[in-house]
Amino acid sequence: MSDQDFVRRLPGAAAMAGRGRLVRIRLDPLLLAALLAIIGFGLIVLYSVVGGDQALFTNQLVRMGLALVAMVVAAQLDPRLYLRWAPFVYAGGLLLLVLVLVMGVRVKGSQRWLDFPGLPRFQPSELMKIAVPMMVAWYLHERPLPPSLKDIAVALVIVAVPAGCIVLQPDLGTGILVAGAGLAVMVLAGIYWRWIAYAAAAVAVAAPGLWYLLQDYQRQRILTLFDPESDPLGAGWNIIQSKTAIGSGGLYGKGLLEGTQSHLEFLPEAQTDFIIAVIGEELGFVGVLFLLGLYMVVIGRGLYIATQAQNTFQRLLAGSLTLIFFVYAFVNIAMVSGLLPVVGVPLPLVSYGGTSAITLLASFGIIMAVRPQRAW
Amino acid sequence: MRRWRHFTVVGCFVLACLAIVGRVGYLNFTQRDFLQQQGDARSIRSETVPAYRGLVFDRYGEPLAVSTPVVAVWMDPSRNSLGEADVRHLAALLDLDADRLQAELAASAHREFLYLRRRVSLELAGSVRALGLNGVYFQNEYRRYYPAGETTAHVVGMTGVDDAGLEGVELSFDEVLRGQSGRKVVLKDRRGDTVKDLEFVSAPRFGSDLRLSLDLRLQFLAYRELKAAVAGHRAASGSLVMLDVATGEILALVNQPSYNPNDFTPGDTAGMRNRAVTDIYEPGSTVKPFTVLAALESGDFAADSAIDTSPGYFSVGSKLVQDPADRGVLTLEQTLQKSSQVGIAKVALALQDRAVFDVLVRAGMGSYMGTGLPGEAVAAINDAGLGDPVVRTTLAYGYGLALSPLQLAHAYLTLASGGLRRPLSLLRQEMPPDSTRVFPAALAREVIAMMETVTADTGTAPKARVPGYRVAGKTGTARKVGSDGYDDERHVALFAGLAPVSAPRLVVVVVINEPQGQLRGGGEVAAPVFARVVARSMRLLGVKPDGPGDAA
Repeated sequence: MSDQDFVRRLPGAAAMAGRGRLVRIRLDPLLLAALLAIIGFGLIVLYSVVGGDQALFTNQLVRMGLALVAMVVAAQLDPRLYLRWAPFVYAGGLLLLVLVLVMGVRVKGSQRWLDFPGLPRFQPSELMKIAVPMMVAWYLHERPLPPSLKDIAVALVIVAVPAGCIVLQPDLGTGILVAGAGLAVMVLAGIYWRWIAYAAAAVAVAAPGLWYLLQDYQRQRILTLFDPESDPLGAGWNIIQSKTAIGSGGLYGKGLLEGTQSHLEFLPEAQTDFIIAVIGEELGFVGVLFLLGLYMVVIGRGLYIATQAQNTFQRLLAGSLTLIFFVYAFVNIAMVSGLLPVVGVPLPLVSYGGTSAITLLASFGIIMAVRPQRAW
Repeated sequence: MRRWRHFTVVGCFVLACLAIVGRVGYLNFTQRDFLQQQGDARSIRSETVPAYRGLVFDRYGEPLAVSTPVVAVWMDPSRNSLGEADVRHLAALLDLDADRLQAELAASAHREFLYLRRRVSLELAGSVRALGLNGVYFQNEYRRYYPAGETTAHVVGMTGVDDAGLEGVELSFDEVLRGQSGRKVVLKDRRGDTVKDLEFVSAPRFGSDLRLSLDLRLQFLAYRELKAAVAGHRAASGSLVMLDVATGEILALVNQPSYNPNDFTPGDTAGMRNRAVTDIYEPGSTVKPFTVLAALESGDFAADSAIDTSPGYFSVGSKLVQDPADRGVLTLEQTLQKSSQVGIAKVALALQDRAVFDVLVRAGMGSYMGTGLPGEAVAAINDAGLGDPVVRTTLAYGYGLALSPLQLAHAYLTLASGGLRRPLSLLRQEMPPDSTRVFPAALAREVIAMMETVTADTGTAPKARVPGYRVAGKTGTARKVGSDGYDDERHVALFAGLAPVSAPRLVVVVVINEPQGQLRGGGEVAAPVFARVVARSMRLLGVKPDGPGDAA
């Protein structure tokens, strides 16, 4: 590869050439700072929740480190590579999803994991959170926009097959997120609002029918949302406990390590899906606002980078990945505070658990890769 | 068009953020008080802090009843989530039957509270806690331990599982010993374990200690001798009371049978009876000193007044009064020494109708003695029918009235103190209580001198003699009332006495109920117990010998 080539492939590198090799690493400082702030904040809260369980805390630290490495690597790749790889990544992911259904490991009643010897156990559905929007963007980027009805139909199939596989595991939460990511691409691609309105109407009409397709426990969760007191010790327990924890924090909270609900084990899943309740209890409204503020910086920056993207594929990809992050945060907080039914969605970059952090940071790596070097 | 679309997307995003901020703010501010209260309701509990029950000591500070911290293990059966293995484990640790525990938990499923086992040692409670079972809770409490066991069982009594007095001093002084439990607010986790004490609402007020008048050394001594005698004579029961003459304090009070308050078997009512206080017997000849006192008081008799008891029997109305042998002419002193029924009957008939009765009442019979012990029996004595010579004569030799061993001792105390009646006390007295003179001192001393002859070789109780000390007393052998009047087979053997005669320190009453051996009389059965107990007591108390013989 000639020098000439190198400069063409990495725009802006020439301007930085004199400042040493490390500077050549391509990252978005604002996005990186916000993400690191969220991770740091999350680690502090997690430390409080697990209260001295060093092993757990160290695990999370290591995972976050790995996830950051994944982000940095993803950010260095040429965005055109993503375009080229999109169909293969998608196909590979789909294959893995089928494998999960056939030979996955069953944990707590759901078959979501693949456990190949010599490899760490992982959830292929996580991969699809990136692969599906990538594939939809790949399909739509060369076609006339707004997309035609036929293109939308194809895109819907691209979304529906993996999402269906995931729902079958069953993992409704992730299925919705994956489908949402694909649909976000379509919305960003400029579908006519009429059509969106039609679709919404169709869903509204079909809703009673969908009700019967849900599993019993899923129906129960929706009912619980409206009346958690109907079964306070059973289905309503989680949500009543989390509302209690958030509400008892007040403006400034009870202080780290001082939350009674989380530390006395009244709050279920305190370190994973319900960690925002701990933030509400221990750091109060201010703590929640602070985290929301960081999320807004990340999302705003992601959307801004999407608008600055050099081509349609990159714009659609960056936009949809940002939106999926937003959906993550929104669904989790809404669920914990009793606005949405309980679905298993972790609080992005804060909840204990590794796979989703790796996917999320990798997707931000992609967004950083998309960012033109001249852009602010 | 593109711009508009972007605004819409950003708008949706902002709206969603506002919804979340609004929701969290709503929970945090509008609902805050309610939710904070809810949070506290889950984790903050008000708990009873048991008060430490007062201790019971003997007069020298030997502990007779102490409280040790123990734990009650309980469950909420309505939230029972224990598996079969857990229940089995729990039952094994608590020494319960696993199947029965399982059945009981099932049967109480509608209840929210079930004691699994109370009064569990801290150590055992620790190992149960270590099982980490959900829904098994612990509650601190105290249990009583009685170092002297059955020796002091009747006096000290015992408490029930709720640490409230059931018997003896534990019952009668419950208000003093009990104290007041306090309350504290604690933080509990979901398993119900206390994580942190938040504040004391009210500190527990500890119960007050009690110092009894008992001398544990004398109590042990009395118990040992009485037990040996009751066993040796195969008697149904027995009692021994020892009083301090100067203060009216009860120094020893024992009964047979007794019970172990540390390992109590419910339903052992025979063992639990404090017979010295609650059971009344016809005292028989032990009241004769009071008849003699009445005779001296009348002025018509002196110690050497002659009374003809020939031919050894004597009719009072329809009733025949008999002596075992014709003793001829006796002095008043000899009448008492040999316990002549005929002699005493004749003396009684020579006195005014109420004379003997008045003396007995002045000696305290029929009045409360003020020990406060539960079930303190007052002597059954009344003045109805005193116009009947039969009633007067039988009263003079101890029938037609009934009194407890303690009351008999109290009556003898009036003689030993030189004619002063003073209340008895089970609590240690710092100074002698107010006394009432009921008999002239000279007369009391004269009666004591006559009673001393009872222990002479010619008296009825030479076996009551104590080497080195002069002792005085009176035997009694009372037939018991059966279904057909007085029963010739069942007796009560009594001996009531005092020592030393020169300056009385102790009054001791020994009652052996229904001895079964060859020997049945008070002089044979009860007097030796008196002698042994007094001999050692004199030495323990360091009383200066005043009589012949070697005090060692």
